[in-house]
Amino acid sequence: MQKSMTRLVLFFSLCFSAVAAYATPGINMPYGVTPVSHEIYHLHMACFYVCCAIGVGTFGVLIYSLIKFRKSKGAEAAHFHEHLGVEILWTVIPTLILVVLAIPATIILKDIHNTEDAAITIKVTGYQWKWKYEYLDQGISFFSNLSTPQDQINNKAPKGEWYLLEVDNPVVVPVNEKVRLLVTSDDVMHAWWVPELGVKQDAIPGFINENWFIATQPGTYRGQCGELCGVNHAFMPIIIKVVSQDEFKTWVSAHQNVADQSQHTQMLALSQANAAILKKQNHHAKKVELRS
Amino acid sequence: MSEGILDYGDHSHDDHHGPEKGFKRWLFTTNHKDIGTLYLTFSLVMFFIAGFMALIVRVELFEPGKVLVNPEFFNQMTTMHGLIMVFGVIMPAMAGLANWLVPMMIGAPDMALPRLNNWSFWLLPFAFSMLFSTLLMSGPAPDFGWTFYAPLSTTYGPKSTDFFIFSIHMMGASSIMAALNIVVTIFNMRAPGMTWMKMPVFVWTWLITAFLLLAVMPVLAGCVTMMLMDRHFHTSFFNAAGGGDPILFQHVFWFFGHPEVYILILPGFGVISEVIPTFARKRLFGYASMVYASAMIGILGFAVWVHHMFTTGAPYGAQLFFMYATMLVAVPTGIKVFNWIATIFRGSISFETPMLFALGFLIMFTLGGFSGLMLALAPSDYQYRDSYFVVAHFHYVLVSGSLFTIIAAIYYWLPKWTGHTYSERLGQWHFWLSVIGMNLTFMPMHFLGLAGMPRRIPDYALQFTDFNQLCTVGAFIFGFSQLIFLYIVITSCFGKGTGKASSQVWEGARGLEWTLPSPVPYHTFETAPTIT
Repeated sequence: MQKSMTRLVLFFSLCFSAVAAYATPGINMPYGVTPVSHEIYHLHMACFYVCCAIGVGTFGVLIYSLIKFRKSKGAEAAHFHEHLGVEILWTVIPTLILVVLAIPATIILKDIHNTEDAAITIKVTGYQWKWKYEYLDQGISFFSNLSTPQDQINNKAPKGEWYLLEVDNPVVVPVNEKVRLLVTSDDVMHAWWVPELGVKQDAIPGFINENWFIATQPGTYRGQCGELCGVNHAFMPIIIKVVSQDEFKTWVSAHQNVADQSQHTQMLALSQANAAILKKQNHHAKKVELRS
Repeated sequence: MSEGILDYGDHSHDDHHGPEKGFKRWLFTTNHKDIGTLYLTFSLVMFFIAGFMALIVRVELFEPGKVLVNPEFFNQMTTMHGLIMVFGVIMPAMAGLANWLVPMMIGAPDMALPRLNNWSFWLLPFAFSMLFSTLLMSGPAPDFGWTFYAPLSTTYGPKSTDFFIFSIHMMGASSIMAALNIVVTIFNMRAPGMTWMKMPVFVWTWLITAFLLLAVMPVLAGCVTMMLMDRHFHTSFFNAAGGGDPILFQHVFWFFGHPEVYILILPGFGVISEVIPTFARKRLFGYASMVYASAMIGILGFAVWVHHMFTTGAPYGAQLFFMYATMLVAVPTGIKVFNWIATIFRGSISFETPMLFALGFLIMFTLGGFSGLMLALAPSDYQYRDSYFVVAHFHYVLVSGSLFTIIAAIYYWLPKWTGHTYSERLGQWHFWLSVIGMNLTFMPMHFLGLAGMPRRIPDYALQFTDFNQLCTVGAFIFGFSQLIFLYIVITSCFGKGTGKASSQVWEGARGLEWTLPSPVPYHTFETAPTIT
């Protein structure tokens, strides 16, 4: 029995040291690049340290008792079985700790809900299984699909660095500007989640949910759909490119041109099609005329 | 609670009405011990089936890319695994324990409604046969996760969803009847002198659980009925295109789902409150506060459901209310943990298998409680929600929580039930392999979730590979170590254990059930014992 006790202590100390050894980036929540993601990170770490402190205290007493009061060591059981004082103590102290944690949480939550004064508004629509982005003020709209080739998924080709985290059309936003997201869905529930931005918002058919971010560093940030949405739930990633103001302007005008052009081509195609139909009808009419 | 028992009941004429022979005994039985055995056996079978499904999931996740199954089948496996573990393993196991123990602990001859008892068990094999039959149907089996969110399960659900709906109805009916029976038994069948505040904590926690079941199982039934209406009778409860509300589904589901979580763990708290005092050879510390804390958890359980929905666009005020309420749950839960530790403190401790599982529960359930506290904070929840962090959290509270308490209970009461002791050495092997396997499986999931891996995905980005491989190795260690448990249970049930159990079994055990001989006679307490 003594042996198993030693093993118990050894095992859990190993567990905790393993946690410490792995507490490096890629293991923990990303610090992110937005004010909200920073706030969430700090709250997360604060709560983690509070839990560690409670854990050290609680498990400390437990492990001490398990070592000290073993029957094999001749420990005799005491007879106490209630004490109002300690009961009140371990009701009040945890409550106070919770109050201390609740205050910053309340403040950060208010911040998350403040979607006012945004420079850019993007409507994000979830589809089975892709995302559609509409820049409401710029008149840009496009779908964003997974660009990882099927061969990589089926192990017929070596997997690229950004396997499953790459798309054909990434979202492009300017750095240091408040971007408001209007998130909805066209079919089932999805969730738009980019950890580095500290944003996760469910996309729900019939509802438009709001969230926002200000990315403070240029770069490419990757996320995924966060709500089971069917067979290809794992295959609708989200890629955000944060670029400088100038680059964003260039991107916008390029895309608006493309949009105009494609609209133009569409119109052209449409009119050609119409002409063709008209021609056919005329032809038909002529035929009818001839017959009569 | 057993000190001062004056009359143990007379068992001299037990032989006159023993069990029937063969198959009929089990089909027609109204005996609480037989029904308890049926529940526990059913749960054990389901445990291995759902565990096998979990291993399929873990194999698929061993490496990025397709490994074994396609995404469609993967989703069916995660869905079935969750549904079976919740409704087919933990709940029936707890009901089995209640059937075996509640009458013996309160000095009753049987459950109050024995025929209802038979029915509430025998609904389950049919309900689960119906659920399993969906795997054989053309088109996918239920593949929308155990939470079956609309509209994925309604407008977009596979045809087999209707069978799923009816099987949920049957499981719900079974749970409601079992809960009703337990409430009536505890209210009416207590032996003279068994006052409320003398009842063992296990009976108390089951009483609270039974009330929770009675309150929320009808809500689940309503939820799946609305699904059925949406699917076939042109209603639009959850269909936005018809003026319905997909979020309503989540409100209804989680109004059932969160109390359900406490349904799964509260009887386990009761088990631990019986096991720890026995092996610390010291009375449970703070009996009254344990009872009040359990009731408090039950009540708070009704006021926290929106914490599953923080990212659905819930308004600020609602988020605050549900965040505070959720954090408050930590207080009564903390009281319980501190009371158990105070029971151990200055006891005279020995480490038999049930105690090991109870201690494993105490430590790892507390870890699950910590991640629960972190999840309660709504801002952080935006990052944790639907990631592997959540998967890690609920497996810590369900595997090392509920499941460990059930295993502890089996090891604790099995010698009393069967009259045979088991190999302590094998029990310890089972414990240590389970603990190592369990932590290896679920500890890395915390890191995966924090690093950004969503749950319920069959394939993942390269950066998540290492931890997923650890998880898979751990899952296999955990899964296969349960075969030791199976071996121990089977050998002691069929009289091939290591020896005969005394009526006391454990030196420090107290309570009415330990006053009965081992194995327990088929009928007990036909004359009510008197408790002073």
